Formats: sequence, structure tokens, C-alpha cells
Amino acid sequence: MQPTGHGREETASKMPKRTDLKKIMIIGSGPIIISQACEFDYSGTQAVKALKEEGMEVVLVNSNPATIMTDPEMADRTYVEPITPEVVIEVLKAERPDAILPTLGGQTGLNTALQVAETGVLERLGIEMIAATPEVIKKAESRELFREAMENIGLRVPDSDICRGMDAVLKSAERIGYPVVVRPAFTLGGTGGGVAYNREDLERIAAHGLSASLTHEVMIEESVLGWKEFELEVMRDRKDNVVIICSIENLDPMGIHTGDSITVAPAQTLTDREYQVMRDASIAIMREIGVETGGSNVQFAINPANGELVVIEMNPRVSRSSALASKATGFPIAKMAAKLAIGYTLDELPNDITQETMASFEPTIDYCVVKVPRWAFEKFPGAEDVLTTSMKSVGETMAIGRTFKEALQKGLRGLEIGRAGLLGDGKDPDPESAEMSPERLRSLIAVPNSQRIFWVAQGLKSGMSIEDIHRLTAIDPWFLFNIQQIVSFSGELEQHRPWGQLQNNVLAKLDKSQMRRAKQMGFSDRQIAHAAGSDEDSVRGRRKELGIEHTYKLVDTCAAEFEAYTPYFYSTYETEDECRATEKRKVMILGGGPNRIGQGIEFDYCCVHASFALKEMGIESIMVNSNPETVSTDYDTSDKLYFEPLTKEDVLNIIDSEKPEGLIVQFGGQTPLNLAVPLEQAGAPILGTPPDAIDRAEDRDRFCELLNLLDLRQPDNGTATSVDQALAVAQRIGYPVVVRPSYVLGGRAMEIVYDDASLKRYMTTAVEASPDHPILIDKFLEDAVEVDVDAVGDNTGACVVAGIMEHIEQAGVHSGDSACVLPPHNLTPEMIQEIKQATYALAKELGVRGLMNVQYAVKDGLLYLLEVNPRASRTVPFVSKATGIPWAKVATKVMMGLSLADQGITTEVFPEHYSVKEAVFPFVRFSGVDPWLGPEMRSTGEVMGIDRDLGLAFAKSQLGAGQKLPTKGTLFISVKDADKAAAAPIAAIFHRLGFDIMATTGTHAFLTGQGIDCQHVFKVSEARPHVVDAMVNGKIDLVINTTEGKGPASDAYQIRRTALDRGLAYITTLAAARATAQAVEALLKNDTITVTPLQDYYGAA
Amino acid sequence: MALDALLVLEDGTAFECRTFAGSGEVAAEVCFNTAMTGYQEAITDPSYKGQMLAMTYPLIGNYGTNAEDVESRAVQVSAFLVKEYQEFPSNFRSSQSLGEYLEDAGVMGVEGLDTRALTRHLRIRGAMKGVLSTQDLDPASLQAKAQASPGLVGIDLVKEVTCQSAYRWIDGKIEREVELSGEIDPNALWTGGQGDYRVVCLDCGIKYNILRRLEERGNKLLVVPAKTPAEAIVACQPDGIFLSNGPGDPSAVTYVVDTVKDLMGRSPIFGICLGHQMIGQALGGKTFKLKFGHRGANQPVMDLATEKVEITSQNHGFCVDSETIDDPQVVMTHLNLNDRTLEGLTHKQVPMFCVQYHPEAAPGPHDADYLFDRFQEMMRSKQPLA
Repeated sequence: MQPTGHGREETASKMPKRTDLKKIMIIGSGPIIISQACEFDYSGTQAVKALKEEGMEVVLVNSNPATIMTDPEMADRTYVEPITPEVVIEVLKAERPDAILPTLGGQTGLNTALQVAETGVLERLGIEMIAATPEVIKKAESRELFREAMENIGLRVPDSDICRGMDAVLKSAERIGYPVVVRPAFTLGGTGGGVAYNREDLERIAAHGLSASLTHEVMIEESVLGWKEFELEVMRDRKDNVVIICSIENLDPMGIHTGDSITVAPAQTLTDREYQVMRDASIAIMREIGVETGGSNVQFAINPANGELVVIEMNPRVSRSSALASKATGFPIAKMAAKLAIGYTLDELPNDITQETMASFEPTIDYCVVKVPRWAFEKFPGAEDVLTTSMKSVGETMAIGRTFKEALQKGLRGLEIGRAGLLGDGKDPDPESAEMSPERLRSLIAVPNSQRIFWVAQGLKSGMSIEDIHRLTAIDPWFLFNIQQIVSFSGELEQHRPWGQLQNNVLAKLDKSQMRRAKQMGFSDRQIAHAAGSDEDSVRGRRKELGIEHTYKLVDTCAAEFEAYTPYFYSTYETEDECRATEKRKVMILGGGPNRIGQGIEFDYCCVHASFALKEMGIESIMVNSNPETVSTDYDTSDKLYFEPLTKEDVLNIIDSEKPEGLIVQFGGQTPLNLAVPLEQAGAPILGTPPDAIDRAEDRDRFCELLNLLDLRQPDNGTATSVDQALAVAQRIGYPVVVRPSYVLGGRAMEIVYDDASLKRYMTTAVEASPDHPILIDKFLEDAVEVDVDAVGDNTGACVVAGIMEHIEQAGVHSGDSACVLPPHNLTPEMIQEIKQATYALAKELGVRGLMNVQYAVKDGLLYLLEVNPRASRTVPFVSKATGIPWAKVATKVMMGLSLADQGITTEVFPEHYSVKEAVFPFVRFSGVDPWLGPEMRSTGEVMGIDRDLGLAFAKSQLGAGQKLPTKGTLFISVKDADKAAAAPIAAIFHRLGFDIMATTGTHAFLTGQGIDCQHVFKVSEARPHVVDAMVNGKIDLVINTTEGKGPASDAYQIRRTALDRGLAYITTLAAARATAQAVEALLKNDTITVTPLQDYYGAA
Repeated sequence: MALDALLVLEDGTAFECRTFAGSGEVAAEVCFNTAMTGYQEAITDPSYKGQMLAMTYPLIGNYGTNAEDVESRAVQVSAFLVKEYQEFPSNFRSSQSLGEYLEDAGVMGVEGLDTRALTRHLRIRGAMKGVLSTQDLDPASLQAKAQASPGLVGIDLVKEVTCQSAYRWIDGKIEREVELSGEIDPNALWTGGQGDYRVVCLDCGIKYNILRRLEERGNKLLVVPAKTPAEAIVACQPDGIFLSNGPGDPSAVTYVVDTVKDLMGRSPIFGICLGHQMIGQALGGKTFKLKFGHRGANQPVMDLATEKVEITSQNHGFCVDSETIDDPQVVMTHLNLNDRTLEGLTHKQVPMFCVQYHPEAAPGPHDADYLFDRFQEMMRSKQPLA
């Protein structure tokens, strides 16, 4: 039989990749911020690899140094430069690519590409925009155009008006009827949006939204609160083949941003008929919007009462949900999107996982996937823990199980918030507590918040009905019923311990079938231990005795219909184990789990490098992680991927199955580090620096011993368990002091205290001191320069300093929040030598085999040691990018026994160019929060500015962080008394550069006295018009404010918050003010920002 | 009350499970379906006659059952196998839980088995017979029963599912039965209903959604039993003839093949699934049993004329071997991109075309819905496909 058409399918006219494209530019998404996290490194990295595979030359622009995509060996020309239209145009002029691929760098990449296109530069340079044209982007992003497009294809969107200005907003709300949803156009993750139940809400939210929107427009939209929310991930090729990769159902209904919702894949509560309606709609939308190739995400709401469907939005690009869908199905959306963009069609691209089938199919899965967001409200006092249409979570974890119950509980224990499951883990609220009173509990269940899933479980446990909870939450009863099953079974497990009184030998009473059911419902050994009044290890023992062993199943895109070649596993309790342990040398890397403040992409970067290094050494790499946004959880990063929570139980299970020769725990941040000791005690071979070294560094007394031994200086200090003791210590060492509890890490609850009154307040209200948990009190070195050092030590005792970073903010600002420069520019050669010697000595004494980070302070020519961490630090990727040496790889090889000398790393690099790291903060998302920098880390991400000129490097870092530095206008300056002398020369520089200076009374008097011409303005507390009026009226272009008032009533807070909300550049330390002056001067000297790829810096070095 | 149950395949592989509906013992071929939605359509699809069906998606029952999403008069599967039954359905259209639905139909539903292990086993070893029992939990005994069971090969299952007498399908339901023996009065026959064309549907186990799709396009439908002779069909004066899907081994349904041979060229013909296999055999081709079949809603098929890929719903264990048709007038129109098997064919001279997969979906994607338009066009022009 002959085929029809153009001939047999083998000879059918293929439409292979375009031959006219040779060089392609990809724009990244810049720093990690809320709603734009590692997922765009994952997608960008996949895309760069995919294009290079096709022989394309790739030009990349991304300001985020902690990304894998900006590794110099990834793209051909890597511009770590601010992602602004001006900079991108400079790169386009320098590189002349054939095309820009704008759909892989999140909203930032898309918006920037659109802005570039609108300048007309693409036509002038003959550069094409592939995958999505500017028209397509506008059609999908503009609410008005989108609504029209949907009406064209007979789909309904919620009734809405586009409003420019408050009058229109109020009128619209009257027409549509409250509640209404406010959605600003062209913003990220719903910044500035929200639900208004009344006019007062509306005025507040819309004012914020209007100013947050790039186009100063907001949409006032009919509320579909409480409707069910779904997302479909869609791919299209240039032959108009369209496939659905994954459907996602949100457990949390409409009204909660999907990034803040617990989501489940695939959709659970749709019949095929309803699902197909949604599928057809997605395909029609793809065609109507006109996305030429690639992946898109379409969001729908369904009225649970009658199935009515409305379209919420469509993202014509790879998104956070695409990353989730890729990890949930095994289908590499970003990689495929890149290949489709250069002309391939889906039927020409193989499915990597099955190898024998092609990408033109729809993945089907035989497990349930649950994603749980991770929030950081504790970091933002003043922010309300309430979830709305504006995203607030900082990270997420994903879990895979054979049942929803199993996946949910795995997800919750993978969240790293101290919970071992949904309930019954010893962390449930006391039934007598205020929260558990019926009224309070109902409110905690009804008002969406970061802990709601736990409150729902408590509600069911306390006897509330599914119907009742459904009425309060609009969570679909299907989910509630499954949660109810977990709750009931937890009760069954606990039946042996009435009223908390333990009966003898409860564990032995658990029979095989109960144990199996518990595990199949996702109960952790810790939960079972709690129920049985036993401990985790005993439960594990008993479980194995009963023969209940974990099994691993494959994520294979096809529900086992075809053989899968990619070893991507999840655990479950089934009859068949598909684990494929080899006899090869193999090493397991523990990743960082969900992103949170203090632990983000930097650690994932290190883990990925560990994997690359192992591959280079021919050692099998086994990655364990639970974060779907990351490169580390891409199935082709490591030889094997276990998508599992990072808990002792889950990791020990993998060790039992894989029997690796060692574990790398020092690269994934705090999460795996916390597991080091328990894993070692359980007999797991920990590679590199012995866990005891971590204890020596963290235990106060042992740390002092270490310092004494090495003759290193530290600030005076003491500990206190009572207010009196604290006052005595402060008396002895003198104010100011840094106070913090001994039992928390990462700067939690750390404060700088200047007097007895504040110390008393801290001791009585901020923390609870006890003999077990003393408060640590250190002398605060005011105006000291803080220095961060990353180094690698090896098994011969050798140590090489990877980089010395001088902080721009003075000591007292958390190192993660402080801008820093490499190499240091204010330290004497002698001091640098002293720092190196101290670092070598520490590495040797601690037996560091791998990475180490040391924080020093320099004051009055003296070096103080603040902290030492014998593990990978947040700065490793920055240092690697600045120096051109992949330090995490070097460290991994050291851990595997290669000395530094073996690797040819013997001399230290002191680059001739400057690299400045700047932190990026999420304050704008948390209205009412004081954007003040202190000892507690609050940044979500970082950017790097790199240049041969220090001022320009700093300017680039500011620009990259979204702080546009003015080169003319008015500088407002208000500094505390201690800063006045030092502030004068800075004001003088700005004055010389042509700025008008404006100051409040004290500063004004001082500057005038110094002969600096300046204008007076009232403080907020004095009279009007005051400084905030001037800011709002656009009379101020730059703010320097180092006064220390805190709290909403203070002037300082009002100034900072206004600057933040108005998008004004603002500076809170003198050191940063000095650097800014230098940067502005550099900007004035250069007409355009010069751009240089990393490859050229390294080539020159 | 859940009962312990045991599924044993003919090679002795055993799977422990427990019931969520029914009890007893049943022997059948064991197959799996990879669709994540549409279990109610699947279990009521007559093509599953003689098979017990396992869903690879682990959570089944989520949205209950309703009166509309049915593909035939009854539950057709011999038994239904799932990982975790969801006894609490949630959907605005749900009128009964899946468990109750199966219970009412007297069909066993079991849960708790490692459906992925079962699927892998069938993929690697090929399709197998099995016995599911709540009465006999002895693996050796069940294995012997499985081996002794008839299975599918060489068995005519169409006679089990075809309608007993002809009927008119009007407004989405069986409107009235009609008598086709003796003298046929076309005018009386086609009274009632709306539509431009008269289509006789030869029922080998037809899915209701095919009838719904055909009626939507503007056709009057007459459904006739599988053994209806060609002359009786011609006597109905149809504008087109539809050959339906159906269960089991196509080579055992020789009488339909003979009917098709007689009908070719006398009226435009459209065949789906078993209908496609009937046409394939009528054109001289042979069928063979696939190792484990195609059952799911994600199978990529290329329309060779346009080179576009459609995602299709499939349910077949047998396939027409394209190499066995040497008539140069017969052309392949559709190809499965997973295993390169034949998915559709047509004839250069005779107005006739057919596909192995299910353009009527239910469950599954609607990508291939255009084939119903193609049939309309063929009935209009009476010409072969260009």
C-alpha cells in the first residue's frame, strides 16, 4: 500500500531547522525575585544547550551571576549586564545576532525584548524576533487586546474594564459590582493587584496597581473568587501542531495567585468532556494569539456549580508553571521550545526519555504531583500573612506519589518548615490553644494564609465537616475528602495513645497492613514515631522488619507504555521497584530543597557544578532534590535524579538502594548540612570536610577555642540567659552590641542594640532566653568594613583563596543583603595578606576538604573574625563568575581526592576588572514593611555588575537590581549625627556633578556650615510641605537617608517606603552613598554603557 | 465491604488487590489504558468486551459517573482495575459514584494493585489472559483457569455487543426499533429526525459518541445489527454507510468483511477502528495482534496528506498489516508516529475511507473531528477522496 500525500513518510518533505539562523540572542530573567526564580535559569540553560546542540552561536544577556546559563562555557558570548532595553540594544549592536528568542527569560525577558523591538532597532539591524513577535506578546499581555481576542473565538473572560486613573476605576467597580479584582497590566506575579471588597479596599489597591503598572493601567475585573482554577501547558510548532503537555489543578481556588496555591497535576476533578473543552480552548487561544512556536501557559477558571468556563490569562512564553509541568511529566518544555523556535516541528524531535517515540504526543502520567509554595512572612514583620492575587511565596517544593495523599504529605515534609507531614508529627497546635478555638480556627481556615493546609487538617480533626470547610474555603471537596482520609488514618495510628498516655510497646502493635497503609498515604517515619511514642530510627527498624520497603518508580512521560531511558525516579510504596543501581563509582549530591530567603539558586548552582565535576571524573552523579524550579532537577543534569524530599528518611532510603561511595552535603545550603550529622550517625559516608568541623565553627565555645588556638581576634562577646546577665555583658563590652538567639541561623531575630532600654526590650519581647537557649551578645564593630572570603582547602592541607569580597554596606548588614566588590579596593596589601593567612590557618585547622567561607571585619587596621562556614557559600557563583574559575567544580574534585595542585590551581586570581554584587529585595510586595537593611537577610536574589571601571561596575549592579541611578536632578540627603562629617564630602561630589541638594534641618545646617549649597525641606514630623510631599511631587531624584528611625511613624520609614513605592533610587548607608557617587560620576563620563562578555574578561586575564 | 481479591495472569504473575465493587470471578484478557480522564466512557465502550481494563492513572473515580458520558447501554469491561479508588466523587454532573455504578452493573472493580507494574509486565511480555477472583485466592489455581480461558484470538465478540434489532437514533438517543426483514420501505424507515443524509451504521459495538457526532453533522441515522446483509442495507437507500468500532479479533468477524465487500462502491463508506479493520480485510489485507495494543488518548497520528500531527484516542489490540494490501488503488492516509503502524486508508476509485483510531474521542482529544466533515463531503460528492 502506498501512502498518500507527498510520498512515503520517510520521504515526506521534512521541515528541518532554519538554515538562515546562525546566531541567536537569549535574554535571561535577571535576579531572583518573587515570581521569577530559578525556573528561568532552568529554561534558559535548556535553551542554550539545545541551540548549541544545533550548531547555533548563542549570545546571552543575564545580570544574575548565580545562574548556570551564565557559565562561560554555556553560551558563546555571555553578557552579565543589566537587563534593560538600552543595554540589550548595545549588545545587539555589538553582536548582530540573526534573531532574538524572547520567550525563555520570564516576564523580564519578554518585556525587555518588547521594549527593544518598539525602538525599531531590530528592523534597522535586520534582527528577527522568533517564537513570539511583538504583536503576539502585546496581544497576550494587554488585557484589552486579550479580551478582544478571546471574544473572537467565542471564549468568555471575566467582565472587566481597563482603567487609566482612579475615577475610571471607581466607575468600573460600580458597574461590575464588588468584589472586584484589580490587575495591573505588564507586571510580574500580579504585583500591585488584589481583591477589593469595598470602595476603600479598591482605592488603596488600585493606587498601588496604577503606579506599579508599566503602562499605568489597571484592569478592574469581575471576581470569580472561589471558582476552580486550572492551567494547561501548551506547545505549538510552526506546522501548527499543538499538544498539551500537562494539566494542573489548583487546590486553592481563584483569588489566590497560582504561585501561592498548592497545585496538583494532572487535573483531578474534571471529566473527560470538561477537560476536552479546556483543551480545545487552549489550542484555539494558542492559534488566535498567534504564538508561532514554543510553550505557553493558559489559565482557566471553572464555576464548580455548573462547569462554566472563563479564560483568566495566557502567558506566551515559558513560565514557572512550564518548569513545574516539565518536572511533573519529564517533557523538557524549554528545550523543545528552543528547537521549535529555530524551525523544527514536534514530529521531528525525539522524546529523550523514551528515545524511540517523538515529541509530538501528549505526556500521560501514572502518579500524582503536588506543588507546595514556600513563604517567608517571618522575614517581613509588618507584612500580613494573607494570600491574595499578588504572589508572595519565595519558593516551592514538588512531590510525586502514587496517590494525592502520598504526594501531599511528601510535599509538606519537603517544605523545610519543620513539619514531617500534614499532621500528627508533634507540631500540631495544642487543642487548648487560642488558635484552636472554634472561631479562631474557622477564620484561619477561611482567610487564605501560608499555613492554611495545616489548619484545614486541624479543622477536620476537630470534627468540622467537609461541607463546612468547603463553604469556608471553596477548596474542592475531592481534595478535602483525601485530606480527611489522612486525618482519619492519623487518628487510627494514634489510637494506642489515648490522652497522650503511651501504652507499652505501641510500635510492636502496628501490623504490616497498617504500616503499609501509612506509608502509602505518605506518612513519614517521624509521623509514625510520634503516633507510636517512639523515635524515627525505631520506626524505620520496625518497618523493615515488617518488610515494608520503599520502591522507586520512573517518571517516563508515557505511563510505562514505552521503555524509558532516563533515570528520573520518585519513591512510593508499591510492589515493583524500578531502581537501576549500577556497579559504577557513584556519588550522591543533596540539593537545597525549596528556595527561601538565604537559600536559593546559589546553592543549586553549586550542586549542579558538583554533578558536572563528577561527570568529568567519570563518576556517576546522583542528584537528590525537591525543587522543581532548578537546573539540578533537570533530568539530564546528573546521571540519576531522585525527586525526593530532603529528609533523613528519604535520603537514607536512596542510600539503601544506590549505595553510593559518598555524599556531598556541603553544597546545597542549610538543608543538607542539617542532615550531615544524622546521616553520618546512620553510617552514610559524608565526603569532604568532616561534619565535626561544622560543629567547631558553629558551637560558640568550640569556636572560641579555635580562635585562641590560631591566635585570631573576634569582637568581644558573651552569652546571657536573663535580662540582668545581658545588661552585664553589654556593660562589659560596651554598646552597640549585636544580639541573637543561639538556636537560629541565617540572621533570624538578630538585632543591633544601642542602649539598655533596647536591650531590655529585645530580651523580654523579641526572644525567649533560657538556659538551653542563651542569647549571644557580640560587640558591634561600628563602621567596620566587612569582608567575605571564599576558599578551597584540599587533603594536602593546601588552601587557595578563591575570592576576597569587600562589602559596600558596613558590618551589621547581613552579608547576603550587602553589596560587595571583588577585588577589594579599600584594603591595604598587608591586610589582604593577613586575611589570606588567617584563611589558610582556618582551613588547615578545620581540615577543610572543599569550600569554606569566612567573614571578617576590618576596623581601625585590625582584622576580626566574625564567622567561618566550612561549606559552599552564597557567594561561590559570584566569585566563580568574577574570576573565571568554577570553584564549586574545583572543590568537588578536591572532595573526590584530587589536590588543588593536581588540578593546577595553585595561584590566586586577582582580576583586573571589578565585579560588584548587589542584592535584590522583595519589599515592594509587602506593603507596610520597612525596607531597612539589617542583620537579618531579606533579599531574594542578586545581580552582578562587571566592568574595568569600579564606578561603572557599581552603576551596572544598581541598574541590574532595578535601581535606576539619576545623573541629574535633586539629591535628598538626611543622615544621622554620627554620619554627618562623612556625608559632607559625598554631598559635595553630587553638587560638583550638578545635582541640587535638599536636606532636612540638621543635615541642612551641617552641610551649609561646610559650604555646600543646599535647600531646606521639612521632616514629615515637622510641617508641610515636607520631604515625602516633595518625593511624591517628583521633586526628588535620589535619596540618601541613614537615619535610624524604625516603625511606620518614623520619618525614616516614611521616606524609605515612599522611595520604594515611587521607584526612586534610595540609599541607606554612607558606604553605598559613596559608591553611588562614584557610579553616577562614571555614568556621566560615558554616554552609553559599555558591554563586554565574560569570555573577553577571562581571555584578557 | 471491600473483599480481598487476586488477579493472576496466565504466566502466573499475581497482583493482590481488594474490591470496591462487586465480587466473584472473571476471566478475560487484561489490558491497560493510559488516558488520565474518561473512565466512564472507557468502561462503557463495547470495544472492551472480553477484556478487563486497568487504568494507568492511579486515582480513579474522582468525578463519579453521570447519565451522559456513556458510550453504550451497559458497562462492557469484564472488570475494572485501579490503583486507588476515589469513593468521594466531586463534580457538578456526578450522579453516582463509580463504585455504585459498577456494583449496579454487576461488574467487579478492584483497587490497590500496582497498576504500573502490571502495565510494564504487559508491555514487556505482551497481552495476556488473566483471572480476577474474590472466591479463589490460590495463585496456581487461578493461573490454570487463566490459561484455560478462551481469550480473544479467533473469537467473534461482535455478536455479544451488536444490537439485536435495528434502531433509529434521533436527538441523541435510541428513538425506535425498526424491523429490517422482508420488504423495506425507505420512506417509513427514515421518517423522523433531521438531516441531509441518510446513514446506515453497521453496529459491531458502536460507541454512542460516533452516533452523536454523525447526527450533529446533519445526518439521519439507522443503526443495524452486524449481521445485516449488504442487500438489506442497500435496500434502505442510504447516502452513506458507517462501519463501527467493536471488540475482539477482526479476523473472526468474516461475515462483516463479506458485507463490506458487497457494499464497496455502492455508497460512500466511513469506518472507524474495527470498521477500518473490516475494510482492510475486504481490500485483501490481513490483521495481526499487537503486542499489547494501543489504548489511550495521547497517540500521535500523522495525516500524510497534510503532514500534520493529530493527537488521537485509540483502543485497539489488532491492526491491519499495511504490507498485506497490494492493491495499488489503496493508499495509506494516516500513520501512527509511535510504532509506525497503519492508522488510516482510502481507495483511489471507491468513495471509502477509514481510520484505526477514534475521531469521535470520548474519551480523548478532538483533533481528528474533521474526519466527520470528510464523510459529509464524500456523501455530497459521491467521489473518492482527492
